Amino acid sequence: MRIPSTLAVAALIAVLLGCEAADPTVTGGPLAMRRLTAEQYRNAIEDAFGSQVEVAGRFEPDNRREGLNALGAAMVAVTPSGFEQYEAIGRSIADQVTSPELREQLLPCQPDTPSAADAACTEQVVRKFGRSLLRRPLTEEDVQARIEAASLAAETQQDFYAGLRVALVSMLVAPEFLFRVEAAQPAPSPGQENRLELTNLSLASKLSYFLWNRGPDDALLAVAQRGELTQPAVLAREVDRMLASEYLVDGVRAYFEDVLLFDKFDNLSKDVGQYPIFNNRMAADAREQTLRFIVDHLVAQQADYRTLFTSRTLPMTRSLGAVYGIPVRAVDGWETAVLPQNQPRVGLLSHASFAMLFAHPGRSSPTLRGVFLREALLCQSIPEAPADIDFTQFVADVNAVHNTARDRLDVHSTQASCRKCHVLTDPIGLGLENFDGIGKLRTTENGVPIDTSGDFDGRDFSGPAELGQAFADNPLVSACLVQNLYRYAVGREETRGERPLLRYLEASFEQNSYKLTALMRDIAVSEAFRTATAEPQSPPEQVVSSEPARDAETGSSAAVGDAATIGGKST
Amino acid sequence: MSTTGIGKGVNRRRFLRGTLGGAAVSVGLPFLDVFLNTNGDAMAATGAPLPRRFGTWFFGCGMNPERWNPATVGAQWELTPELLPIESVRDRINILSGYSVLLNGEANQVHRTGVFGALCGGAPKSADTVEGPTLDVLVSDAIGTRTRFRSLEMAATGNPRHSNSLRDVSSVNPAEPSALGLYTRIFGPGFSDPNAAEFTPDPGVLLRQSSLSIVAEDRKRLERMLGQSDRARLDQYFTGLRQLEQQLELQLQKPPPLEACSIPGAPVDMPLNTEIGNVMANHALMAQTLALALACDQTRVFNMQFSDRASSLRMPGTTDTHHTLTHEEPRDATLGYQPNATAFVLKSMEAWTTFVQALDAIPEGDGTLLDNCLVMAHSETSEANSHSVVGLPFMTAGRAGGRLRTGLHVSGVGESASRVGLTMQQAMGLNVAQWGTDQNKTDRPITEILT
Repeated sequence: MRIPSTLAVAALIAVLLGCEAADPTVTGGPLAMRRLTAEQYRNAIEDAFGSQVEVAGRFEPDNRREGLNALGAAMVAVTPSGFEQYEAIGRSIADQVTSPELREQLLPCQPDTPSAADAACTEQVVRKFGRSLLRRPLTEEDVQARIEAASLAAETQQDFYAGLRVALVSMLVAPEFLFRVEAAQPAPSPGQENRLELTNLSLASKLSYFLWNRGPDDALLAVAQRGELTQPAVLAREVDRMLASEYLVDGVRAYFEDVLLFDKFDNLSKDVGQYPIFNNRMAADAREQTLRFIVDHLVAQQADYRTLFTSRTLPMTRSLGAVYGIPVRAVDGWETAVLPQNQPRVGLLSHASFAMLFAHPGRSSPTLRGVFLREALLCQSIPEAPADIDFTQFVADVNAVHNTARDRLDVHSTQASCRKCHVLTDPIGLGLENFDGIGKLRTTENGVPIDTSGDFDGRDFSGPAELGQAFADNPLVSACLVQNLYRYAVGREETRGERPLLRYLEASFEQNSYKLTALMRDIAVSEAFRTATAEPQSPPEQVVSSEPARDAETGSSAAVGDAATIGGKST
Repeated sequence: MSTTGIGKGVNRRRFLRGTLGGAAVSVGLPFLDVFLNTNGDAMAATGAPLPRRFGTWFFGCGMNPERWNPATVGAQWELTPELLPIESVRDRINILSGYSVLLNGEANQVHRTGVFGALCGGAPKSADTVEGPTLDVLVSDAIGTRTRFRSLEMAATGNPRHSNSLRDVSSVNPAEPSALGLYTRIFGPGFSDPNAAEFTPDPGVLLRQSSLSIVAEDRKRLERMLGQSDRARLDQYFTGLRQLEQQLELQLQKPPPLEACSIPGAPVDMPLNTEIGNVMANHALMAQTLALALACDQTRVFNMQFSDRASSLRMPGTTDTHHTLTHEEPRDATLGYQPNATAFVLKSMEAWTTFVQALDAIPEGDGTLLDNCLVMAHSETSEANSHSVVGLPFMTAGRAGGRLRTGLHVSGVGESASRVGLTMQQAMGLNVAQWGTDQNKTDRPITEILT
């Protein structure tokens, strides 16, 4: 649980020594095969077909691992009902793309006769959309299989577009679309027999999903196809271009949605008796508010990450005004609000989004809030309660009156078996008790004043504002961001060998005034990001990974697969 | 594992140029004669026996053993305070009390060990692992491959994550969260009424098969690209693809007539949350829709979650959930139990009764649909306050096509819950002599309830 603090100490030493260390040449861990998230799927459809095409349907739930769906994505498969959904969504997309309303606008060509096959036009369509969906140029085999199927369908149905739908759906359900598969080539270095380098195309996808939460654009694909992306100078140039792109907002939002557990909003409900003003619009606005707040500070203003915990400026809607007790002029839409100086409400920890998510449907929960702060923002893990406790022994006094959460949770600090974990969660959670189960400010509970003072790892605080400041000042908070962002970028936990890189990233983050984009850049251009280690137990005939090591990088499309040996043997 | 019977171009051509003129296929037999043979246990038209179905029904946070477990075993057991709601179906169900997940030295993973121990035959070894597959997947591998849906998962709580059904930890079968969604999936596009006088195959089905065949043909190339664990995930993907191919093949054939099958109206769209009234209503609608899906032989395996593990059910206007009540509500000194938490136990038993009645309401063969079903109800704890996995509450409903007796209480104090799972598999006709791992391994089914 204390591991980050040793990392922080190491970072501190590095800084004190005044060494502006270079990226340690650390090789990345295992390759990842990641299932697209729902948002990534939507972005891919938008990039391929434009925003008029609607993605209607439900996706399989993500699977959170070590606090991140990005790690679960490298572990989940597709279930039969999940596949059924993908196919249904894919057909709906193909129907829209070939519809009389959109076909002329979206397709690169039109058939000579709409009631007959047209191989040339089919090929154009397949190559255009296939490159975008599969994130690589198509091979001759890819194209021929689809032309053949489309032609047969067009002939039997006497409808060119019916054939095109067959081809489009086949790409929309292809595993290479639904999964991002990393491919790499053996590149052993002294002492590192299993060292791999990502192919240009895999590196392009890994970068664009990390920074933009979507596939590579044409420019990036072109650089990758020329085989230039793995050159350090070109890579740095492309990363800088991507960091300056408007898509960066999508990437930053996706990371924070993940690490802040915002998918919990999908099933958030509150008791209407306890919270009569709560509604779905309010919850959606609260989620959006925090994301806009983060993007505004970290992307638009390029502010110090730590200011998130102390800032009083935040976007507001009229619906949220009712929670924050702030009059909002805008009837519909967003305006910037500044929280009054005399209020305990300051920074990220006081946002309605957290108050709502980390609470029960009918009341706040200092424990749930404390667990969230420890796990998501400090990268500490809080064990589950031991199974064999008889909880009723702690609530045996049926006549006791507990007016505040602090009273109710008192047992946690007096019983040794509870105290072990709750001493970590409850004091900081109780520091946020000024915010009820939907985030409304309160100073009393059941008529009794709420005491929000406490101790956060040796630092006293009097209430939410000082707790926020304590988070801003705690080196674990920035070290945790570094760790989570790196894991998010590579889709797995760091290996032991990658730990020196995390220490370097922490030091560099500090030197760059805790600018998020600087940290993203450091990760994206690091040696570890573009290399990998082959699984040692793989039998030699097994290819380590995907993306046919075809000649895609040079633009030609040779036969797939057969030439692709990785994982030990030469290509 | 073979993915598809479709080869390269030649077969695709066969598909596309096949029977497909879009012509209707008329049913030759007089409508009423096509149904049952004279014994009432098989279809006259095909001679096929009536399908047997298997399902699980889950409720979170258990019960109070001293108020739920009947005092005597056999057929004469007396209703207990927490089993009172099931009175009307007591002859249609069995109570299996006392069976436990034996921990085998592992820690009790709160709200997980009791459910996955029972469904997988062994205590999970850590907080994020499960040694799948779960019982329902074992059964669906055996009996679920000939229907349109391999299995159907449902969550009355409106949350697709509320599912215990998994092949392994990387593929948890998501639940259908709404009754309307469930209805649309079953009776919407792609449904073919088995009792319709005419059958017209949909040419669109052939086009869909063609798309899938392109992907299936690419499988070997993809496999070569992947390491071992990722290849297993690709296998799961192709299992899903194969399942859809089978669904599509079925849609090209005239389904055999089914007397019990009728098409319900669409259920109303419900608010989806954990407030008890909504959950009860959503559950009842789902149960009715599922019953007809079974009667129409759209699936033979199902999993219903009435509530989630660590039940998040709540009463309107209150500050606590079922789960928090089990830990925080004082035990009433005179009653000797937690009254507010226990109210949810009674609601769960009420819902279970509703579910059993929904299956029992549809005549099939000489009896009802329920006679040809086997449903296993269970929870992740006995007493939730202490997360106890000792003496878990199990119940079964239905006779599995005559393979099970009902109306009985069997006590398995000290025995592994694997005995329940083994019994389910054998009653469903699986060729399994022993099941479970380590302490939970058993070769002894519960013979008291087997015929």
